Amino acid sequence: MTVAARNSIPALAGLDDLDRAIINGLQGGFPVCDEPFAAVGADLGVDGDEVAARIENLLAVGALSRFGPLYHAEELGGGLALCAMKVPEADFDRVADQVNAFPEVAHNYARDHAFNMWFVLATETPEGIGETAGRIERATGLRVYTMPKLQEFFVGLRFEV
Amino acid sequence: MALSLDATDRRIVLATQKGLPLCARPYHAVAEDLGLDPAEVQARIRRMLETGVIRRIGVVPNHYALGFRGNGMSVWDVPDDRIEELGRRVGDLDFVSHCYHRPRFLPEWPYNLFAMVHGRDRDEVRAKVAQVAEVIGDADRGHDVLFSTRILKKTGLRLVA
Repeated sequence: MTVAARNSIPALAGLDDLDRAIINGLQGGFPVCDEPFAAVGADLGVDGDEVAARIENLLAVGALSRFGPLYHAEELGGGLALCAMKVPEADFDRVADQVNAFPEVAHNYARDHAFNMWFVLATETPEGIGETAGRIERATGLRVYTMPKLQEFFVGLRFEV
Repeated sequence: MALSLDATDRRIVLATQKGLPLCARPYHAVAEDLGLDPAEVQARIRRMLETGVIRRIGVVPNHYALGFRGNGMSVWDVPDDRIEELGRRVGDLDFVSHCYHRPRFLPEWPYNLFAMVHGRDRDEVRAKVAQVAEVIGDADRGHDVLFSTRILKKTGLRLVA
């Protein structure tokens, strides 16, 4: 990212080289050992307390959304699926409220397409996906297109700031 | 369940899914909260990394705060017998955060390859989608990009352990 682009982004304006090294370098590979922050700090030329304090600050200013292990939801035994609906524009807000009322709906986005509502279902069991989709269909009167992943090629995003 | 997680693993998942503590010995802190031996907590976390239950441990940048505000879900109709090769190559592009094979719903939804593309704005996303199109080449039987227009719900994925 260029300096000009960086300075136009509030969350990045106050970051120094160490912050950027943490954001760029710690997107995976945080060590599992007794004193992992000290181990990371040794590579960056600072002590472990400084690394932990920087991460705490980056979380507080919103440059990071989380820090810790990223779990693979399906491997934990639950169900997970992307679902789409084609919602008539006049009914959109009603349907959004009905869909969002289901605790199994983890996130829900409006998108600019005939398939205009896209949400992720997360259920305790794999069978819960079909059951919940059926309940959403009955509540809304609209078809739910369930699009579970058949194969995963890549998940993750490498950001350079 | 694909991988055998026992009750202790599940307690560790529940204790860490929101993040690791920002203290000098974070795995010791988790162990103390759960009444476990710190070495055992580390051994179990290492095992979950090896088996893929944990994708990785580290920081997750808030891409929106970092200026990546044009996120487009690119969707592609490619021949099923080439999806594995193409999915891997598209997933290797550094601006693609998620790349999946998902089911079609013919005739309304012909797309079987999904690649989430990130950029600073929609124009940058469109330019990157053009790069994806180059990778897919003559296997591209049609594609579209769905931009999100509104977040209707965002609770974060609560893992069930």
